[in-house]
Amino acid sequence: MSILSRRKLITTGIVATAGASGLVVVAKLAKRYGLIPPDSGGIYGPGETLTYAAQRLLTRHSLAREFSRSQMSAKPFANEVAPLGDDFKTFQQGAFADWRLAVDGMVARPSSFSLAELKSFPRRSHITMIQCEEGWSYIAEWTGVPLSHVLERVGALPQVRYVVYRSFQPDWWESIDMADSLHPQTLLTYEMNGGELPVGFGGPLRMRISRQLGYKSVKYITRLTLTDNLKKFGKGLGSSSPEGGYAWFAGA
Amino acid sequence: MSLCAPSRRYSLHNHRAIGRTAPMAETPHPRHSGLVRVTHWLITFVFLALLVSGLEIVVSHPRFYWGETGNVNTAPLFQIPIPSSRNLVPTGYAYVLPDQNGWSRYLHFQSAWVLVLISLLYGVAGLLNGHFRRNLLPAPSDVSPKRLAVSIVEHLRFQRPSAEEAWSYNVLQRLAYLLVIFVLFPMIIWTGLAMSPSFVSAVPAAVNVLGGQQSARTLHFFLTWALVLFLLIHVLMVFLAGFRSRMRAMITGRGAEPLERV
Repeated sequence: MSILSRRKLITTGIVATAGASGLVVVAKLAKRYGLIPPDSGGIYGPGETLTYAAQRLLTRHSLAREFSRSQMSAKPFANEVAPLGDDFKTFQQGAFADWRLAVDGMVARPSSFSLAELKSFPRRSHITMIQCEEGWSYIAEWTGVPLSHVLERVGALPQVRYVVYRSFQPDWWESIDMADSLHPQTLLTYEMNGGELPVGFGGPLRMRISRQLGYKSVKYITRLTLTDNLKKFGKGLGSSSPEGGYAWFAGA
Repeated sequence: MSLCAPSRRYSLHNHRAIGRTAPMAETPHPRHSGLVRVTHWLITFVFLALLVSGLEIVVSHPRFYWGETGNVNTAPLFQIPIPSSRNLVPTGYAYVLPDQNGWSRYLHFQSAWVLVLISLLYGVAGLLNGHFRRNLLPAPSDVSPKRLAVSIVEHLRFQRPSAEEAWSYNVLQRLAYLLVIFVLFPMIIWTGLAMSPSFVSAVPAAVNVLGGQQSARTLHFFLTWALVLFLLIHVLMVFLAGFRSRMRAMITGRGAEPLERV
């Protein structure tokens, strides 16, 4: 009996040590390959980390499903937003001619673009589904300039790891990793279903992240900041979503 | 006693357990293996976490659709008559519940990971060590309409199981467990993944064959109730069969004494 338990003890010890060192190695590798999300702390951190790491291993380059024109929703739903205020109305009255997108952070040429300039850049459209985390969805055609083109134009530095984007609404800001920033379907959108992007749907400028839930597709974009570290932004959780209790990575 | 005939063969079938039990009286072979007991309770725990958080998520949009898309501007397949945590959902209630989606979603996905990992462990081990074949696969002769009818009548009469069933499963039990393990849980995991915009970008067929993302959500909801129904019947049966002995068997592994009547 004692021999058996000693053998058992040694085996358990070896397995535990191997398991623990294995975990350390996996954690180091995951960190090195950018598989740890900024909201990896806390009790739900392990689940979030598994989701983000698995999705990045599986879906780094995959394209969101695109639909045919006949599948476009006849009645898309514009979720409600907080009141936009008088300053926004002034922009709106001037047909957003004065709306500007600032790009700063780790770039060779900090820039500011008008909507007209953004519209003069190469454009891309896709008919994709936007899914709200609540459960509803619609399919629409989105047209805009690929974010990757804007990043190239401002001279994004090679060490950039995240793009932080801000809304006219100060409480709504998000960030994405380079897999999504350079993704061909990630658009700074200014048209929807062939017309101007309506204000209710985020006009004049909405970030469209095709492979994540709707709350990553922030409305009324005013500023992009390129960075290698999300700790400096807000509470360091990557975006306003985790600060409000929602996951940073919304690919689910 | 002829009604007990189908189950008696399982105790013979379970010869390994009995064979090992006999010589070592003080350390009898467990009724349920350690792996089955641990995975059973872990899955019970995460299933309840998934159920609570899942129902909470439903509260933010208690409408269900069929096909690819659906929102408050489109006609639902059906709507659950409960208030919502979002004020733009037309529920008929004059008030809006507090938004609890954040932690619900974190908890739902973390629990889903535990469910998937535990299920993989249980599934692979069950295939390798013969658990499915030995304990869950019904004997071919028991799946005949006559035998099934007999077992169904036994259950409908709430007839107490025979002593042999303390060491083995009857045919309806086996079929129910196989359905849960190989149909309902895989389907609910699949329909859950089919709702993930990132996952379906890599595996579009996962959602396309279900008829669309909203169909996947609706199926996910129905599968939840199928599993809840199973859980209720399962717990009821545990009470009918003898709560103490069945719980003891699943917690400590100690089964009923061979001649003990439950």
